[in-house]
Amino acid sequence: MSVNLTLLTVMGALYACGIYLIMERSLTRVLLGLMLLANATNLLILATGGYAGLAPMFSKDTDPRDYNDPLPQALILTSIVISFAVTAFMLGIIYRTWVLARRDEIQDDVEDIRVAETPSFDAEDDSEIPVETSEFPLTMIGSDGRGISDSGVSGSEDGGATVKAGDHRIRAKDAAAEEQPGSQNVTPGPEGGVK
Amino acid sequence: MNIASFAPLAVVLPILGAALTFVLIRHSRAQRAVSITLLALTLLLECVLLASVWDGGTAAVNIGGWLPPWGIVMVVDQFSSLMLVVSSTVSLAVLVYATGQGMADGDQDAPLSIFHPTYLILVAGVSNAFLSGDLFNLYVGFEILLTASYVLMTLGGTGPRIRAGVTYVVVSVVSSVLFLIAIAMIYGATGTINMADLAIKLADLDSGTRMLLHVMLLVAFGIKAAVFPLSFWLPDSYPTAPAPVTAVFAGLLTKVGVYAMVRTETLLFPGDSLNTPLMVAALLTMVVGILGALAQSDIKRLLSFTLVSHIGYMVFGLAMSSVAGLGAAVFYVAHHITIQTSLFLVTGLIERRGGSSSIDRVAGLAKLSPILALLFFIPAMNLAGIPPFSGFLGKLGLLQAGVQLGTPLAYALVVGGVVTSLLTLLAVARVWNRAFWRKPEDAENPDPVLLAAPEDSDTGDRAGKRNVTLLPRTMVGSTLGLVAFGVALTVFAGPLFRVADQSAVDMLDRSSYIQAVLGENAPVPPIAQPEPAVPQPEGAQPEGQK
Repeated sequence: MSVNLTLLTVMGALYACGIYLIMERSLTRVLLGLMLLANATNLLILATGGYAGLAPMFSKDTDPRDYNDPLPQALILTSIVISFAVTAFMLGIIYRTWVLARRDEIQDDVEDIRVAETPSFDAEDDSEIPVETSEFPLTMIGSDGRGISDSGVSGSEDGGATVKAGDHRIRAKDAAAEEQPGSQNVTPGPEGGVK
Repeated sequence: MNIASFAPLAVVLPILGAALTFVLIRHSRAQRAVSITLLALTLLLECVLLASVWDGGTAAVNIGGWLPPWGIVMVVDQFSSLMLVVSSTVSLAVLVYATGQGMADGDQDAPLSIFHPTYLILVAGVSNAFLSGDLFNLYVGFEILLTASYVLMTLGGTGPRIRAGVTYVVVSVVSSVLFLIAIAMIYGATGTINMADLAIKLADLDSGTRMLLHVMLLVAFGIKAAVFPLSFWLPDSYPTAPAPVTAVFAGLLTKVGVYAMVRTETLLFPGDSLNTPLMVAALLTMVVGILGALAQSDIKRLLSFTLVSHIGYMVFGLAMSSVAGLGAAVFYVAHHITIQTSLFLVTGLIERRGGSSSIDRVAGLAKLSPILALLFFIPAMNLAGIPPFSGFLGKLGLLQAGVQLGTPLAYALVVGGVVTSLLTLLAVARVWNRAFWRKPEDAENPDPVLLAAPEDSDTGDRAGKRNVTLLPRTMVGSTLGLVAFGVALTVFAGPLFRVADQSAVDMLDRSSYIQAVLGENAPVPPIAQPEPAVPQPEGAQPEGQK
């Protein structure tokens, strides 16, 4: 069976562009992708009919071997009609999405997100927090969402709040600094890495 | 004149109904009468068809008098006529249910005037797909039912439905394109698209080409049938549609995909070349689907996941390619269409009575509405496979066939099947415990309609919804009818299983199908062996090769 190379190349290009486009989130592009896929498939069906021949059953003198195979063309006709209907419907949906949401994008499923966010048992969140035994208890401060100044802070005589750290107290602003990324023990860089 | 020559009427009658209901679009009463009458007539015709092939025998109709393999044929055998009867029964029940809902609610949520014609076109597409003896006509049948389903899915055009509809349409179109590519390649390789003719000619191809065509068809049908990993689209899109639409989709559309897979595996590509991958897919479909169901709190989504999961059972039966396995799969398809649809219809009723389909927000329905509890309980236990229901019988048949096969993979599937059945029980028991057995007061932020309506009432006039019938008689009646049909499948499981087994014998033998289409003298090729087929010198050159 001989195949028209040009048609085959065009078909490949259409498939490639179509598949690229349906990966997009924009609905209009998806629609364009589907149209390209449908047309590429029509070319594929055309290719199965073999090389272009004479019109079948047109005159009795024609040798049947010179006919073009008419069946693929009937199939293409049907598939064109179907893809036309689907394209029209998709356009309707896209317009409706635009009217409702003012966006031309596929939207996330709310219920999917809700199920995904449903907390399962989380050992860190759900179990009892054990008594602090670490040498560096300060890292626990603020981990419950409250500000540093709320936890274990008491006013002291020199004006600044202090925080209990192990078996001695340090000033709250130093403790707050230890919560920041980077350490005051490191020499600041040329640009001043530490505040 | 053979009775089977009336088979095309199963497609023509619903399409005629669709045309009439379009004409009568402003007369809802006449529209209802026409659509219900024509669907009932279709069902009657299909029962006659089933009776004519009940004891075996296959009949083919040449549409327009064109002889096969050139013209389009429709084939009536036991499997297709059984599917037709079950699907039409289900469609009729859903139609009555939808009519009841429309009469109770008016046109706000789901415009009923559009619903009737579209629904009848959907039924015509399903019938066409079941009857088709021609690969391209099967494609057309799929497209008819899919295009109708796009409209039904987005009925009313609300935000969530449009969002779900987009996913559904794009996935369906891609699978259709795949199917069309497969058809084109098959035509290129063999020069025919008549399925009986293909059964003969595909056997002459070399095994590599055959494998490619086989896999392409299975992937295309696998998307439609929602076989894991091609099932992701289903739980996303089905639950947002109106309750009757979801019910008929869940019952019919995936089963048309399964039907096409069965035809592919038995008629076009017999033998066991792809049985192992199919079995693995079946196992994953069962287990992944049911695990998804356990995570859901919305009943519709939960049921959508059980739908995916139970497709696995049918693929399992199909993948064994033994009479016992295929027979059980045929029985299981008939059972599952009925049960899954009834469960979705009941969920629609739960949503009306309880104001929500989330099991957190609904509670105490067993006390508030005992009939609803009964309607849910029977199909739920049936789905989970509790004896003596048909779900149990179908699963038992599958497990027996698996044990008969005796390979390690078959045993893995048997275990997987039992586990899935138990997990299904767990999933539906969760719904039962929370929605039916809790006290009504325990519901978390319940809809006002749940508590405000007095016990056993079926009107919501005290619940803030003025003059809305909560449980209209038509809706309850049609659901009850479908549940009763499901129970009837249990009662008449004996004869049904016999027909299923005999259809499996015929499908695996293939001779009755091929000879019904191509005439008594058509050669029936032996089942293709795994080793590369030797080129046959006397084999006719395919038409496409010039």
